[in-house]
Amino acid sequence: MTSKDENNSQDEQCSDWSSETKKNTKSLAIWTSAWVVTMAIATFGSLLVWPEIEWLKVVSVLINLLIGIGVIFANKRHLEGLDELQQKIQLDAMAIALGVGLIAGTSYSTLDNINLISFDAEISHLVMLIGVTYLLGVVLGQRRYQ
Amino acid sequence: MKNRLKVLRAERDWTQADLAQALNVSRQTINAIEKGKFDPSLPLAFKAARLFEMPIEEIFEDEH
Repeated sequence: MTSKDENNSQDEQCSDWSSETKKNTKSLAIWTSAWVVTMAIATFGSLLVWPEIEWLKVVSVLINLLIGIGVIFANKRHLEGLDELQQKIQLDAMAIALGVGLIAGTSYSTLDNINLISFDAEISHLVMLIGVTYLLGVVLGQRRYQ
Repeated sequence: MKNRLKVLRAERDWTQADLAQALNVSRQTINAIEKGKFDPSLPLAFKAARLFEMPIEEIFEDEH
């Protein structure tokens, strides 16, 4: 049996523990997908489909907000379901993402305020930076404890 | 922190997955503890001690 086969076999034996994590991860993925879809609907729907209907704009944003609250709780459940090493990896990644987001976001905003960049400092740029930094932090953490 | 998890596990002919399942953690965590890359929490260390029916200090040893 190769090392890879042995690892796969051992992973299967851990199914009891990992099934709960898989369930929580799936739940988080569903909530996050729903949040992204409702955000797209709220944005593009309000701009392109119902630009004149104010109440529909409000309702679409409220739906997106409510689903966003669901994402927060799904993420909390996901983190609580992880074991202590995985929680540490997530915490380290979140610490890096928060730090980078805060420092880079503030500098980026300053660049905009003092007109050193020709475009507006959009919040979406910050969200993307935090997302990429967080993912990178998780990958590095996983490699560190392999 | 040094530990004897790998030896104790081998004596019982357990895989990392067996131990992970018994302690309700991931195999990655067992692997990291055995390699000394990660120190377990006190509750997890006590859980391991109960599982192996040994005093905690016979499994985990402070390196300082």
